[in-house]
Amino acid sequence: MIIDGVVVKVGDHIDTDVIIPGRYLGITDPVELSKHVLEGLDPNFPTRLKPGVILVAGRNFGCGSSREEAPVALKAAGVRCIVAESFARIFYRNAINIGLPIVECTGIQSYVKDGDRITVDLSSGIIEASGYIFRFKPLPGFILEILRDGGLTNHIRKLRGLTV
Amino acid sequence: MLDTVISSIYRYVGCCIGRGFGGGSRLKPMNIAEKILARASGRSYVEPGEIVDAVVDRVMFHDLTGPMTLKVFEEMGGGLVWDPDRVVVVFDHIVPACSITAAENHVKLRRFVENQGIKHFYDVGRGGICHQVMVEKGHVLPGELVIGADSHTCMYGALGAFATGVGATDMAATLLTGRIWLRVPETIIVKYTGRMPEYLSGKDLILYTISVIGADGANYKAVVYSGDVVSHLSMDDRLTMSNMAVEMGAKTGIFEPDDVTLTYLKGRASSGFALMRSDEGASYSEEYELDVSGMEPQVACPYRVDNVKPVSEVEGIHVDQAFIGSCTNGRLSDLRIAARILKGRRVDKGTRLIVIPASQDVYREALREGLIDVLLEAGAMICNPTCGPCIGVHLGVLAPGEVCIASINRNFIGRMGSRESKVYLASPATVAASSIEGKITDPRRYLGGAV
Repeated sequence: MIIDGVVVKVGDHIDTDVIIPGRYLGITDPVELSKHVLEGLDPNFPTRLKPGVILVAGRNFGCGSSREEAPVALKAAGVRCIVAESFARIFYRNAINIGLPIVECTGIQSYVKDGDRITVDLSSGIIEASGYIFRFKPLPGFILEILRDGGLTNHIRKLRGLTV
Repeated sequence: MLDTVISSIYRYVGCCIGRGFGGGSRLKPMNIAEKILARASGRSYVEPGEIVDAVVDRVMFHDLTGPMTLKVFEEMGGGLVWDPDRVVVVFDHIVPACSITAAENHVKLRRFVENQGIKHFYDVGRGGICHQVMVEKGHVLPGELVIGADSHTCMYGALGAFATGVGATDMAATLLTGRIWLRVPETIIVKYTGRMPEYLSGKDLILYTISVIGADGANYKAVVYSGDVVSHLSMDDRLTMSNMAVEMGAKTGIFEPDDVTLTYLKGRASSGFALMRSDEGASYSEEYELDVSGMEPQVACPYRVDNVKPVSEVEGIHVDQAFIGSCTNGRLSDLRIAARILKGRRVDKGTRLIVIPASQDVYREALREGLIDVLLEAGAMICNPTCGPCIGVHLGVLAPGEVCIASINRNFIGRMGSRESKVYLASPATVAASSIEGKITDPRRYLGGAV
């Protein structure tokens, strides 16, 4: 699985309250949610995210609440993949489960800037960015399989013999 | 079926304090987190880093994570939940409904509960804040694996369970299968030593712990709270500390079950349980020793839970709102200390105090003890059990520029309302004292201790 996209950078400890504030929970339409994504960081942030974005973040991305609306809003806003130094565990699971690839990669933050084009190869664990190669530990096979199915929902439909 | 088989074996084994779990042959020692995951995945031994396919003992979701859970459940093909008796549904985040959307979500969930034959359902006015209801009504037992669609599910670790939060899709999948994949976490042990001053609470200990370990210091890991001090901690204090394990990134935060646990469970536990404890010689990835002697009350400053300072460094900051409540600190002992401090005193005229008992039972007991009367007399507004203000949805939302001191668990940007508001986290004692003075105040000024 190879993903390419344009970098939008954010910092450390981006929590889920900042990604999608509590007052928008209860909305289940992803597009509606995406209009408020990262509003906590900057009210104009939703306009910076366009289809084909790869979010490059620092430490502990997605810390805080278990709200799945956080990765859902990011995905609906056009984020194709998130690369971070580290993720909070519930966000990590949620992103995989909704079919949003995320990878942990150390050191990339200081080598890329907003607008750079980067390529992430999920299976081999390689990121190409601004002429540099970064390696990350590839995701385990069963997680890649969930991502290939487009998330846990389709994965389970497949296991249950239902149409995907 | 498998879950029934495993749990019946488990209950047959009964009490196994301090011994390897799994019969005659001597196994490598495991800590409590590993032992619970080994038991839940039908294995005799597990180690950190392994992925296990675990059978869950109980699942919980509420009115905020429920709607998306049900949507995904249907998208997965729907059908019946694997075992309705192991499912608990609690309405707490937006109760009573404050908008048409919230009311519609409640309707959807009630229909699901009815159709699936879920008995453990706590509607508006029947339960309270989900995590308090889970422990108070005996839905969590030591040694169990509990999954909840809420990040503060880790609170049940106070009862010696392995409990962790997940999102809607994981919850939907678990509802269908009764199973979940989990990575066996490394475990951090935190030993509290010294003499705990009378004015200090579990909240102060956990805020200090988070400041030492850091907001991501326990990512993907389990935390075990240990040391001489913990055996003297009340269940309420333990619940507060386990609740906030997620604020350092932990998967769960566990207290080894002891007499305090057994006393708490008396009259609550609906079935037998095994008192699972760490084996002697169990290993931990990191060990911290924290001396609590003479520790000051602690305050977490905006906008990070690990941005913690002793109260003396932040005294004097004006507060527009003071809030005592939430799954972290809305229990009886929290209301007792608040009433003790506020008795015969008034909330400052430039400040409002909101108090929310964590459950209907806590509310009723607080009424019986006269605590609510004391708080009302002081000028507090008492609201119904709900998560409302803690997530910035209703009953105490902050305006731009406003400052709140709260007994809750998060102080992120916009957590309680405007992104230009600020939240300071502290114990109920510190919040109560601050409400009297209208500024952050050392509670020792009102508790007779030296400041």
